[in-house]
Amino acid sequence: MNPADLLVWLVLLPVLLAALLFVAPEGWRTRLGQLGTLLCASLALLLAWQVLQHGPISVALGNWQPPLGIRLHADGLSALMLALTALVALPLAAHAPAWFVRHEAAQSRAGAFFWPLWMFQWAALNLLFLAGDLFNAYVGLELSGLAAVALVALGGQRAALEAALRYLLLALFGSMLYLLGVALLYGAGGVLDLTLLGAQLEADHASRAALLLITLGLLIKTALLPFHFWLPAAHANAPAPVSAILSGLVVKASFVLLLRIWFEIFHPIGLGGAGEVLGALGIAAIIWGSLQAMRQERIKLLVAWSTVAQLGYLFLIFALAVELAWAGSVLHALSHGLAKAALFLAAGNIVLALGHDQIHRLHGAAGKLPLTFFTVALAGVSLMGLPPSGGFAAKWLMLQAAIDLGRWPYVVAIIGGSLLAAGYLFPLLRHALAGTHDPRQREGERLLSRWLEFPPLLLATLALLLGLMALLPMSLLSGGMPVSLR
Amino acid sequence: MNMALWFTLVGAALAAIALHAFFSRRHPLRRLIALNIMGSGIFLVLIGLARLYPGTLPDPVPHAMVLTGIVVAVSATAFGLVLLRRLARLGRGET
Repeated sequence: MNPADLLVWLVLLPVLLAALLFVAPEGWRTRLGQLGTLLCASLALLLAWQVLQHGPISVALGNWQPPLGIRLHADGLSALMLALTALVALPLAAHAPAWFVRHEAAQSRAGAFFWPLWMFQWAALNLLFLAGDLFNAYVGLELSGLAAVALVALGGQRAALEAALRYLLLALFGSMLYLLGVALLYGAGGVLDLTLLGAQLEADHASRAALLLITLGLLIKTALLPFHFWLPAAHANAPAPVSAILSGLVVKASFVLLLRIWFEIFHPIGLGGAGEVLGALGIAAIIWGSLQAMRQERIKLLVAWSTVAQLGYLFLIFALAVELAWAGSVLHALSHGLAKAALFLAAGNIVLALGHDQIHRLHGAAGKLPLTFFTVALAGVSLMGLPPSGGFAAKWLMLQAAIDLGRWPYVVAIIGGSLLAAGYLFPLLRHALAGTHDPRQREGERLLSRWLEFPPLLLATLALLLGLMALLPMSLLSGGMPVSLR
Repeated sequence: MNMALWFTLVGAALAAIALHAFFSRRHPLRRLIALNIMGSGIFLVLIGLARLYPGTLPDPVPHAMVLTGIVVAVSATAFGLVLLRRLARLGRGET
């Protein structure tokens, strides 16, 4: 297959699969979805390999060149995010059917609708990672937002529906702001293509207003403090496989778009103190998210608040605008994607096996679910940024950038964030490990099937391996570093 | 004042009114309607931008953006209404 065709199929194939899955008989959906996952994931990994070998790939759809045509573009950043999505999707395809079957004894037919919605979500994510122009990205944002809301609503209970409705209203509001910003940019420059815009944009009032609107819109979708309030309820009340998708992947997509818009379009014209504001909000998110995570009594809410905290790290790049921090930020998106997906799946398993989600009632649970709590610990290593995990490599790069620049508040925040992460993850493990010496608890049947326990373990292991193999993503990134940072 | 500027200004005013409604109302249905009005305002701005320079042919790109935006707005609104109805039914079931 021509490498340029890969880009097109990465968007088209999940959409076709989603449509097919909606009409397929419910009994076939799991097999079909798993087969589709295998196909889409192979395409994504193949594309990442192609970009690694031959550099960025661009394709003008239907041979219509920008500014009139739509361009798809795969650089190192897109390749990494596509690969992350594929690496989360593969274990998920094994875990999700098992989870929905176990869960469904009491619930509705949520599992039947998981596959088509997840394929729509996947198409939207791929589109966002590949979009070469702002309006195509808008379509990706809307598709991603709608699919995410529908996935949350699969939970079915009142809390899930309320969270979904709130999520919908805020996601729509965010994309309205984004669209208005895009309209202003188009009015000023007459183009939507990212590269063309970056070359011709001038620092006038219109472009500043556009940047403000686009940034606000994307911050709401990425749930940076103070726009995080919709996230814990939405992520914690969704079915566990959905929580993994939302926390691991969906919030990263709008972040990647923001990263591109800032560093490929606006950075060359100079942004003044705006980046400092985002950096400071990032620090605030790390602290506030972690403190809230410590106060939670339900395990999925703890994990969701941890996402609020970890998303804060991503925004440090806007204040530490150097190459090292950029690489660190992308690496953090990757390692958090893997570790958080693992943690949410493991949390879902705990709830499934024990029938409750109260942290203080976890006493002795590690004896009943050794593999699942091992996964929690492994994912925790990456979230806390301990070596040799991917989280460590990411935080190390950011730390180095902050020290090089002499930005001490950021040094403190990066190190302190790891301690705070330990502060909310250790109590969870302490409760679970207490009382495991009781031999009676080791007896009895296996509480969870292999299909439920091994996929999250695989994800957590990948997050750990990312630290040992950090050179691979780095070499992919070095080709796609924004010109403004080089 | 030409027509295009008039459209842009009316669009901006509509968007501002809807913004106020979105933040001052609590009921999700009212907020959904506010979002729809805000969308219409933004579409008007885009239509105004399409012929900002009098005497030239209208630019088709903003028109395409508006068409896509309308499709998105319709589906999102329908979806929001379904969610609202489901919630309302759940509420009735409980009491």
